[in-house]
Amino acid sequence: MTKTGAQILWECLEREGVTHVFGYPGGAILPAYDALQHSKIHHVLVRHEQGATHMADGYARASGRVGVAVATSGPGATNMVTGIATAMMDSSPVVCITGQVGSKLIGSDAFQETDITGVTLPITKHNYLVTHAGDVARTLREAFYVAASGRPGPVLVDITKDAQQSSCEFDWEAAKPQLPGYRPDLSPTSEDYAKALKLIQEAKRPVIFAGHGVLISGAMSEVRELADRTGIPVTLTLLGLGAFPASHPLNLGMMGMHGEAWVNHTIQDADLIIALGMRFDDRVTGNLKTYAPKAKKIQVEIDPSEINKLVKVDVALIGDVREVLREMLPRLQPIDCSEWRGYIDGLKGDAAVRDIQNLPDSGHLYAAHVINDLWQETRGGDVVVVTDVGQHQMWEAQYFKHETPLSLITSGGLGTMGFALPAAIGAKVARPEAEVWVVVGDGGFQMTMAELATIVQEKLKINIAIINNGFLGMVRQWQEFFYERNYESTPLLSPNFAKLADAYGIRSAVVTQRSQVVPAVQSARKYDGPVLIDFQVEQEDSVYPMVAAGAALHEMIRRPNPLVETAEDE
Amino acid sequence: MLKTFVVHVENKPGVLTRVASLFRRRAFNIDSLTVGRTEKPEVSRMTIVVDADQDQARRIEASLYKLVNVLLVEDITDEPAISRDLAMIKVSAEHDQRSHVLQLVNIFRARVVDVAPESLIIEITGTEEKIDRLLEVLGPFGVLEMVRTGIVAMRRGAKSSTFPQAEDMDEITADSVDDENQSV
Ligand SMILES: Cc1cc2nc3c(=O)[nH]c(=O)nc-3n(C[C@H](O)[C@H](O)[C@H](O)COP(=O)(O)OP(=O)(O)OC[C@H]3O[C@@H](n4cnc5c(N)ncnc54)[C@H](O)[C@@H]3O)c2cc1C
Ligand SMILES: Cc1ncc(C[n+]2csc(CCOP(=O)(O)OP(=O)(O)O)c2C)c(N)n1
Ligand SMILES: [Mg+2]
Repeated sequence: MTKTGAQILWECLEREGVTHVFGYPGGAILPAYDALQHSKIHHVLVRHEQGATHMADGYARASGRVGVAVATSGPGATNMVTGIATAMMDSSPVVCITGQVGSKLIGSDAFQETDITGVTLPITKHNYLVTHAGDVARTLREAFYVAASGRPGPVLVDITKDAQQSSCEFDWEAAKPQLPGYRPDLSPTSEDYAKALKLIQEAKRPVIFAGHGVLISGAMSEVRELADRTGIPVTLTLLGLGAFPASHPLNLGMMGMHGEAWVNHTIQDADLIIALGMRFDDRVTGNLKTYAPKAKKIQVEIDPSEINKLVKVDVALIGDVREVLREMLPRLQPIDCSEWRGYIDGLKGDAAVRDIQNLPDSGHLYAAHVINDLWQETRGGDVVVVTDVGQHQMWEAQYFKHETPLSLITSGGLGTMGFALPAAIGAKVARPEAEVWVVVGDGGFQMTMAELATIVQEKLKINIAIINNGFLGMVRQWQEFFYERNYESTPLLSPNFAKLADAYGIRSAVVTQRSQVVPAVQSARKYDGPVLIDFQVEQEDSVYPMVAAGAALHEMIRRPNPLVETAEDE
Repeated sequence: MLKTFVVHVENKPGVLTRVASLFRRRAFNIDSLTVGRTEKPEVSRMTIVVDADQDQARRIEASLYKLVNVLLVEDITDEPAISRDLAMIKVSAEHDQRSHVLQLVNIFRARVVDVAPESLIIEITGTEEKIDRLLEVLGPFGVLEMVRTGIVAMRRGAKSSTFPQAEDMDEITADSVDDENQSV
């Protein structure tokens, strides 16, 4: 059957199971938009193409399905760059479709011509320039396959205007992917398995690391079985939160720069690390020279280029976490690490005293209170929290106890401010039944708040909690600790967020006291439209513990004893 | 130490850029890179020489494999292999010097490919060391211009490189960084 490239585009997306795309039109992509009228796909009109990519990313992270973003050439495409880099760093399956000037104009500096495949080369898993209608179908099939398989990532498909307009024979079957060099399915050798099993069975002080790869692989029950069967405690990366239930007695909590103090001490004292789908980011390890010096390391990882990149491992099991664990589980025996667990429990006791959430209400509103109360109120439900980047992101990770997978979406590797609001839109579109909460700073919110209009236009029930501390808080904290409190360019003026919400027709509330947190959350949950709550919190609070950049993992800056601090305040 | 990789890639536009960009982005130092056609029209072959230790070499190999258009990567550093570089050297050769230069050309089994009143162009193929040595001895005569292709390499013996073909697709179903990272 003869079709235009534009028609083929939508038909292929439908066949790939796409129901929603996030995009913004313009000249070079107009033929595609014109053909959209005949498609069942729903187009979400964004307010900025960065938003479209974060939405596609949020959609992917909330559902595990490929998210799709669409933009025009030139500025439309370059606006996508931040969102693509964000998805790349966190291995999120996103397909970006951009219009390009006509193939005869390429290279002539035509109006709105940008070499977007060149620009995005280092920040995509793969990208394509399509100049013939006849290549559209195969390219899209390849793009979806590459984005979602192996270690997922963003793929960009740049389609010239003439390739969208011209017609050709469309045959889905014949347009099979041709990727002779692409081999996403790898598995370990039986020797590697034997070595790993031996190390586990001999360990006295082992710890399991569960990372984002566990969620990507869907290996939650396997990880749980691994812990239950062997009795080995589990710690999570930021992107792994939800991969193992927070309430499980073997769950120690988050590791790393702002991880739990006892977890970091545990890692430094461990004799075996079993790393599952995590890549030893520098926020996780601290100084590599002093990192986990006593531990042998097993790394289960789908991407061979991650092996020995930063941390040298003793055994690498290259493959999908779920498949690797399924192979290992029947061959594992319980090991006796009760002494080790007792030791870890001892480390915990000390930290609990310093926990701000246990403080009596002193009249001050701390972000920790907001997060804790939000968690308590929404417990047990199908809740997705989407956080931005900064202090509030770390407090969410510490105080919101994630029980289930895909319940936290956050930009970890790139740390992209402005991610949360658009990513939450994508998450809500992917999982309309879920309760979606945005937890965002006053700074990051102002980077992409234009997408409030998208929420309203799409009639999405999204709850927005602004943790408003009047500062670019995380940077202020660094200035406090490392730059002699020289608060240069971090105090931040904000609009009246409640009035801003009003202007969009979004319901709003302002909270300044701890006692108001629960009622505000309850009322937002009951209301069937979007709600924005401006939580005006303590301005100069800091996130503890903190491993300073370059410090050893066990050298943490700890919260000064809060009981003393509160007494001074009064 | 210098590692030699033979990289078979799909013969498609932009693949060289992807490979070069990978080395730049991961801060691996390329010593030489050549690319050319092979016995299969759909495959190009690169010979890449990099300064890397054993761990880095493994990561380079794994990173190359991550490029969708890369078909096969072989580290032939420690294998019996033939490696050749080609150079063209324009050397000044006035009348009285000419016979000395020609003598050297003979000794090195090089060839004269252009003769002008005051200069010669010499073509030489061989290992990098051999070319280095010829350059050294030609130096005193005055090297006016020089260009080298970079190394191409091939494993000795009957064993040839086997790599996946497009047909296989049907089966498819679905230096340590010690510097602290001071970014917020
Ligand atoms: C302000 C700020 C502070 C931060 N502080 C911390 C902190 O204190 N602690 C912390 O943990 N993080 C912190 N982070 C996040 C950190 O930067 C990294 O993003 C995070 O640690 C990465 O987690 P990960 O390795 O689990 O996930 P990813 O970076 O997504 O890596 C996943 C790994 O799993 C592999 N993988 C994917 N799929 C599979 C599969 N099917 N099978 C096997 N392997 C697979 C991938 O190849 C990859 O290597 C912080 C970020 C910010 C912005
Ligand atoms: C796009 C972008 N620009 C700059 C930064 C550096 N940065 C990291 S955290 C932060 C402050 C965030 O402030 P805010 O959104 O108010 O959150 P808070 O830390 O106060 O909770 C900044 C500027 C970043 N991560 N992303
Ligand atoms: Mg702030």
